[in-house]
Amino acid sequence: MTRKQWFLLLGLGVVAPFVLYPVFVMKMLCFALFACAFNLLLGYTGLLSFGHAAFFGGAAYVAGYAVKSWGVPPEIGILIGLGVGAILGAAVGALAIRRQGIYFAMVTLALAQIVYFVAVKAPFTGGEDGLQGIPRGRLFGIVDLNDTMNMYYFVLAIFLLAFWSIARIIDSPFGQVLKAIRENEARALSLGYDVDRFKLLAFVLSAALAGLAGATKALVFQFASLTDVHWTTSGEVVLMTLLGGVGTLFGPMVGAFTVVALHSELSALGSWVTVIIGATFIVCVLVFRRGIVGELQALAQRHFWGRREANEAELAQIEQGSKSKP
Amino acid sequence: MIKKVVWLAAAACWAMAQGAQAQISGDVVKIGILNGMTGYAADISGKGSVVAAQMAVEDFGGKVLGKPIQIVSGDHQNKPDVGATIARGWIERDGVDMIADMDTSSVGIAVQRLASQLGVITMNTASGSTALTNKECTPFGIHYAYDTHALAVGVADPIINAGGKRWFFLTADYAFGHSLEQDASKIVKERGGDVVGSLRHPMQTTDFSSFLLQAQNSGADVIALANAAQDTINSIKQAAEFGIGRDGKQQIVGLLVFSSDVKALGLAVAQGLKFVDSWYWDMNEETRAFAKRFQQRHNAAPTSNHAAVYSAVLQYLKAVEAAGTDEGKAVRAQLGKMKFNDMYHKNAWLREDGRVMHDMYLMQVKSPKESKGEWDLVKVIETIPADKAFIPLSESQCPLVKQ
Repeated sequence: MTRKQWFLLLGLGVVAPFVLYPVFVMKMLCFALFACAFNLLLGYTGLLSFGHAAFFGGAAYVAGYAVKSWGVPPEIGILIGLGVGAILGAAVGALAIRRQGIYFAMVTLALAQIVYFVAVKAPFTGGEDGLQGIPRGRLFGIVDLNDTMNMYYFVLAIFLLAFWSIARIIDSPFGQVLKAIRENEARALSLGYDVDRFKLLAFVLSAALAGLAGATKALVFQFASLTDVHWTTSGEVVLMTLLGGVGTLFGPMVGAFTVVALHSELSALGSWVTVIIGATFIVCVLVFRRGIVGELQALAQRHFWGRREANEAELAQIEQGSKSKP
Repeated sequence: MIKKVVWLAAAACWAMAQGAQAQISGDVVKIGILNGMTGYAADISGKGSVVAAQMAVEDFGGKVLGKPIQIVSGDHQNKPDVGATIARGWIERDGVDMIADMDTSSVGIAVQRLASQLGVITMNTASGSTALTNKECTPFGIHYAYDTHALAVGVADPIINAGGKRWFFLTADYAFGHSLEQDASKIVKERGGDVVGSLRHPMQTTDFSSFLLQAQNSGADVIALANAAQDTINSIKQAAEFGIGRDGKQQIVGLLVFSSDVKALGLAVAQGLKFVDSWYWDMNEETRAFAKRFQQRHNAAPTSNHAAVYSAVLQYLKAVEAAGTDEGKAVRAQLGKMKFNDMYHKNAWLREDGRVMHDMYLMQVKSPKESKGEWDLVKVIETIPADKAFIPLSESQCPLVKQ
């Protein structure tokens, strides 16, 4: 990621709350972070998890409970969320990475449903009432987060920090190995990489960042609810990532913004929201398979660098790759 | 000197202008109707609530303190974060002064807390969680209609008095079902009844046969359904198939049933079922007149929740007029002093924890022979006075209540 892109992102982030409604932007950022974390697994390691809501929601509940009942400060609460995401990720990941493709997705879904069940039944979660009234508190004991703007810049800082980490992970030698596994697992194995360890680590990192997103969301909205751990949230993050562009750095962010905005703008239409988002998804899969950002990148390359052939070859590769993986 | 006088005069003018503005914020009284327009509660609240709120505004005269009244509505899709985002936007950006309806307890609690932080009154008519006025009570949150305690008590009391001593519970296995069962069993035991057994079924069960047969063979006089929505409908349907509750020995009671559920079930299936509600359209002249007007606009008879939304909006507007402002604190204080009288309730009043004290009614579903029309569904068989229906203040866990 270039310096220019960073400044653009920072600039947009700073200006956004003056143009758009701050709480709405915070929600977008939380889901963008969630989708970016998910993309680390789907886009760069080629693992489709269908249980990421467990890390998102599980972390939201535990972090919320810690802040509310143990009185820990918000920054520690968020770190607890990160930790919960990582621990849950290690547990689920260790079991799930033994299987590939659809079986991997089903194992993650099944384990996520266990987390959902705990959230319904455990006494501390408040059942279907949700865990309510989580105080935002004071950041480092100084900054009052009840002020919307303070909260916004705190969320923005978390988002940028996490986004920077993801960019670094992807560019690192570790990230290259993940991509190698995505492209051809057998070859990566034959080159001497311990594929399972890399996959597990990627899973844990992704789950931890999803937990970070969940904990942040719990602080923003001051509650954690069953929606956060429900399987539809797991589905939604897949949608965000694919719509924005799987395997691109900015794609999940754009996808998350689009889906959250659609949900909010179309809320007057009621159940039609689901239909419209579903139709958008179908169009995306049929017409622009690389997602919004993926297509834009391809378009830019085609027009500015005349790399049409290379580009076609790349697309063919993607399609072949997706065929060989169920 | 002259300069000083001019300054003072200017300051006084400014202060007066401010004072005049403070009466009605934004020169319009905005009321938000927040509910799930689709999903399990859409018939109970949904678009009908918006119609009811508009009727209240029209009946009030369309203006309060010379300023227009506006109704806005939003769909929380049964998700608390969507509900909270809408509510926050309404309050901070659009200047909404009061929010009503709010089915789904997670949404209700979240919005009540948020609105109270921002000094805005909420009047929850549609969710039943007693937490709204207990652990989660807030200075501006009002729980306007039924709660789960009132439903449980209202059913248990009269049935035990009529001789139904041995109870069996069929409970939905999540917090809402547990609290219904707990409240009802407490009353059953206090009144000298006996809980002979209980079974828990998972949420969204489709096959109740084994549960129902066990309940039937338990020797209980009363089979109580501590579940909601589709679960209630399914369990009643299947009980009818087994002939449970038709032999004169056992009876079935629902702890959360709405007249729209009865409509969905049909009288042939639901007949004889007893349940508690806060209102029914065919209670007196006033309610019938309201129902007629409502039906002309909405193509369905009003549910108790529609009536409650109508009443909440009307009483809120009366309070704004009496207080001379739409500022939350003053209106809340005014509501606390008033007696609520309209077609929804008589002489109801607002307690300090936010609970509105009103009568509840035990109802029984009519048989197809008794029914005279499409919406002639139930008859009121007993009135449960407010002080018996709701949790007494002495047992309240609300931190606002001085014990």
